Amino acid sequence: MRLVDISNLVVSFAQSDGVVQAVRGLSLHVDAGESLGIVGESGSGKSVTCMAVLRLLREPPARITADRLALGGVDVLGADARKLSQLRGRVAAMVFQDPMTAFDPVFTIGQQIAETIMAHQDIGKRAARAQAEALLARVEIKNPAAILDAYPHQLSGGMLQRAMIAMALSCRPQILFADEPTTALDVTIQAQILQLIKALQAEMGMGLIMVTHDLGVIAETVDRVVVMYGGRVMEVAPVAAIFDDPLHPYTAALLGSMPGQSAGRQRLVEIPGASPNPADPPSGCPFHPRCGLADARCVAEMPAFLPYGDDRQAACWRLQ
Amino acid sequence: MTEAPALELRGLTKTYRLREGGALRPTHTALHAVRDVSLTLPRNAILGLVGESGSGKTTTGMIALRLTEPTAGQIIVGGTDITHLGHGALKPFRRRMQVVFQDSYSALDPMFTLAQIVAEPLHIHGLGSPREQTQQALDWLERVGLHRSYGGRYPHELSGGQRQRVAIARALILRPDVLVADEPTSALDVSVKAQIINLLQDLQAEMGLSILFISHDLSVVRSLTDRVAVMFNGRVVEEAPTEAIFTDARHPYTRALLDAIPALHPRDRRVRTFASRDALEAATPRMAARDLGLAPSDVARLVDLGQGHRVEALLTS
Repeated sequence: MRLVDISNLVVSFAQSDGVVQAVRGLSLHVDAGESLGIVGESGSGKSVTCMAVLRLLREPPARITADRLALGGVDVLGADARKLSQLRGRVAAMVFQDPMTAFDPVFTIGQQIAETIMAHQDIGKRAARAQAEALLARVEIKNPAAILDAYPHQLSGGMLQRAMIAMALSCRPQILFADEPTTALDVTIQAQILQLIKALQAEMGMGLIMVTHDLGVIAETVDRVVVMYGGRVMEVAPVAAIFDDPLHPYTAALLGSMPGQSAGRQRLVEIPGASPNPADPPSGCPFHPRCGLADARCVAEMPAFLPYGDDRQAACWRLQ
Repeated sequence: MTEAPALELRGLTKTYRLREGGALRPTHTALHAVRDVSLTLPRNAILGLVGESGSGKTTTGMIALRLTEPTAGQIIVGGTDITHLGHGALKPFRRRMQVVFQDSYSALDPMFTLAQIVAEPLHIHGLGSPREQTQQALDWLERVGLHRSYGGRYPHELSGGQRQRVAIARALILRPDVLVADEPTSALDVSVKAQIINLLQDLQAEMGLSILFISHDLSVVRSLTDRVAVMFNGRVVEEAPTEAIFTDARHPYTRALLDAIPALHPRDRRVRTFASRDALEAATPRMAARDLGLAPSDVARLVDLGQGHRVEALLTS
């Protein structure tokens, strides 16, 4: 069964001066136990996609439409509040970039994890607290009993991110959405958290959607990659193919601009210009103003999503 | 005689006194943000200062600019000790040292046009007529890759990368000898990061500028810098030419930092083992003093390994 199944997702936001489309017809799927990376820059629509799937956006101003939007086989757009709160937790859970704002500062870590557990299981406080302690131990927090009684401000960013992962795992979700889970963390802590997420995913047989701007995070963690730009999917491929033989010029440019690839001080390969303004998107392919290979057709018409081999697709006319 | 280095830091120390305990019986503990840091920024070169949060790298940069006063140590700019200069005597040195921060949004006054923002340092230092100042500002906007027509725009109209270009133009319009760049690319998108790194490369070479580049991002540091100093717990634990740091790191903390860099390709995935900060602190290399022609010491110190490579080590007998 497909854990996540999205077809033609459009997310738009009503603003005082018109409607802005953040996601423009996105399709993707994740199967049980699979890990998918969504890579893109700010404004690409990668985070909004996750929020829309979990129905975490305020509607209105957000408006979500899709031919299909399903979590664990359940239609998310048709689900009522009760059904949604079951989906969030038991089917899907999310870890955010900034753990400091995700926790309530006036409750202890233990209270907050126990509350989540009790919301989904019919158990008492004491049992929930015991489960919370076990979860903290599982995310490799050394003194879980003490951390249960700590307040968020007493923990480092890395510890808080571990606690948030523990909370996300508390209902044994089938899929974990991780939105830039390591971006706010120090370099060495980043590597630890990525490794922890990978290990937990394998151990629990969970699906994973890793949202990031960092191709290094992609290289470390996922099986398959979706490259987003200007609210659209530019390319989908197994992770090795993305790095060895990118099909879309945007993917290739992103790889080329990664610093530190070779020895010695040097100029990097730049992508000229800036990401498109969602309020005023370019015609045709959103990447055409920055693409060295663009021609009249790219300016006029959004490329079809074309297959390449069995398991790759890209939205570029050059594949035709 | 050779020219003095652009910037020299000698034995810089910054200690904060922290008040703890109750209001009635406060106790004071000392926090050593920076401990005995000595660094040389050669002319016409980029020195990377890397470390994690709390390592003291930003404090070191702020002390170098005399935006934070050191508890001890000396700041020497082009051969002149500026550590104790008063406001007036310091002003010409302020002109020679400029700074670019990570968050250019809060560093640019939202009420000023870009031309005013870039021209302001000329105004402060009384250089040129208002008309000349504006002309120079527009020239500089162009030089950092923005059209002259941007002169009439305001910071909120710009993207993050464009704002960082403006901040660079403002910092360089005085033609400083030294630029302190504190995480200038950390808040930028991947595709824009490369643009700003290239801009810094180009301007450094054209102007013969010396840049102290403070960053937690080792990949950026590898592409941009000539030398790297690694800070850990307020100290410099290793310093070497950039490639020597990447290929021949000696300090366990430097190695831990390098090991944490994400893979550049999925085939390089590996399971890492992580040492705690305490373990890294305890793993300071031990070297035989005799081999280095030095006296044994039971306190860790920076040892010169030759070819510009220094590492903190304990010298055993």
